[in-house]
Amino acid sequence: MGADVSVKGVWKRFGAGDGEVSALEDMSFTVGVGEFVAIVGPSGCGKSTLLKLLAGFEQPDRGEVLIDGRPVLAPSRRGIMIAQRGSVFPWMTVRQNLDLALDGTPDPDRHQIIAQHVNLVGLAGFEERYPHELSGGMLQRVEVARALVAKPDLLYMDEPFGALDALTRLSVRNELLRILTRDRPTCLLVTHDVEEALHVADRVFVMTPRPARVALVVDVTAPRPRRMSSPELVGLKERILTELGLSAADVT
Amino acid sequence: MTKILPIGVLLGVTAVWWLAASGSTIFPTPPEVLRGIAGLATDGTLLRHVAASLYRVTFGYGVAMLLALPLGILMGWYRTAFTAFNPLVQMLRPISPIAWIPLAILWFGVSDLSPMFLVFLASFFPMVLATTSGVQLVEREYLWAAQNFGITGFKLFTHVIIPGALPTIITGMRVGLGVAWLVVVAAEMVAINSGLGFLIIDSRNAGMRYDLVVAGMVMIGAIGLLLDLVMRRLEDLKEVRWRYARGR
Repeated sequence: MGADVSVKGVWKRFGAGDGEVSALEDMSFTVGVGEFVAIVGPSGCGKSTLLKLLAGFEQPDRGEVLIDGRPVLAPSRRGIMIAQRGSVFPWMTVRQNLDLALDGTPDPDRHQIIAQHVNLVGLAGFEERYPHELSGGMLQRVEVARALVAKPDLLYMDEPFGALDALTRLSVRNELLRILTRDRPTCLLVTHDVEEALHVADRVFVMTPRPARVALVVDVTAPRPRRMSSPELVGLKERILTELGLSAADVT
Repeated sequence: MTKILPIGVLLGVTAVWWLAASGSTIFPTPPEVLRGIAGLATDGTLLRHVAASLYRVTFGYGVAMLLALPLGILMGWYRTAFTAFNPLVQMLRPISPIAWIPLAILWFGVSDLSPMFLVFLASFFPMVLATTSGVQLVEREYLWAAQNFGITGFKLFTHVIIPGALPTIITGMRVGLGVAWLVVVAAEMVAINSGLGFLIIDSRNAGMRYDLVVAGMVMIGAIGLLLDLVMRRLEDLKEVRWRYARGR
């Protein structure tokens, strides 16, 4: 499982004439198979645009987005996006949502795969519930389970825990990490939470304001599970915040 | 409280009506109207007229639904279909179905078909509009997710677009049935000899029976309320509850 990502000299603009906004300018980077990269940066810096290009929802104006050396022309089950606002279909039960994501899998296996993934995210017993009957944290777990059911090589996460309260956020995040040690797809996580990035990622990309560029790449080598209070992570956090134009004293 | 309040208002209005109508020659009192309803019910005329009206609504509304939902789905999803049909729909929509009565009589004569046609016209447009906007308003996130999981073609319609639009479609169906019931009464006042609309106009023409006129009106209101209650039940389906869940 997993795939490598290569972004080469990508440009992306929106709008036309005076209203034209440059979202990405000459962006390049690579991500290795099974690597977990977190992308942090100021709001509206084009982080989400980047994920949409990677997942194939948008095409670059110039440059190339390559997955395993081949250009991404359209969205596919190989790379699943977990969107900020959530996209679990509210008109279907948890089971129906997972079942639809399994489209194409032979019938006899489906039941077992669904049961396995529902268990994985700790939602056994909630299969027949509708999304509006679940809490925000549970819904986000369904989102994760549905993404993993498709056995993606890549997982794109756009502030997936942004709508959750701090405690739920931490528990869903820990759960995600636990699950990902099993399948190990290549992961790209967009977040504005520096601690979250340091908690989960192998590398953290720090972006500049629009048009976005990678200003700093931070390797996070601390072993997992990570303690955010460890001197190494505190140091990295300070470095990233400085790069973002804040000093640690501003936030702590 | 939620039950007592509306019943209280209803009783209050009836009381005011009773007081105001006592001794009046131009407005019947509640007991007179009730006696009128009872009389119509016992000799079977009421049932015959109610059945005639409901029959016409069922067919006119049914055909309207069969055509409006597919057209609305096409117009909501395909830009070309919207561009092609929307101006026509927007031009025909403001024409009151009542304005079609002369043509309806010319085309269908004195038969059930003319009120059915008018009911069809009345309910068709609200349902087309609701379905179109329901489809257009399906959140982009859901369409992206469908694309991401490789859901395309017919399955995209049956599993994502239509269920995503269903709450709005149901609201349109409710509005459509409401207007259908409004219009059938008007249609039955001309060139037809059954139905609640006919009952009202006939009661006046055949002896100034204003107690029966108001009896017919009360029945129309009661059945309209009942029809809406049935449609409201659709909004309680779990498949559409998500849209209405907030705010209730």
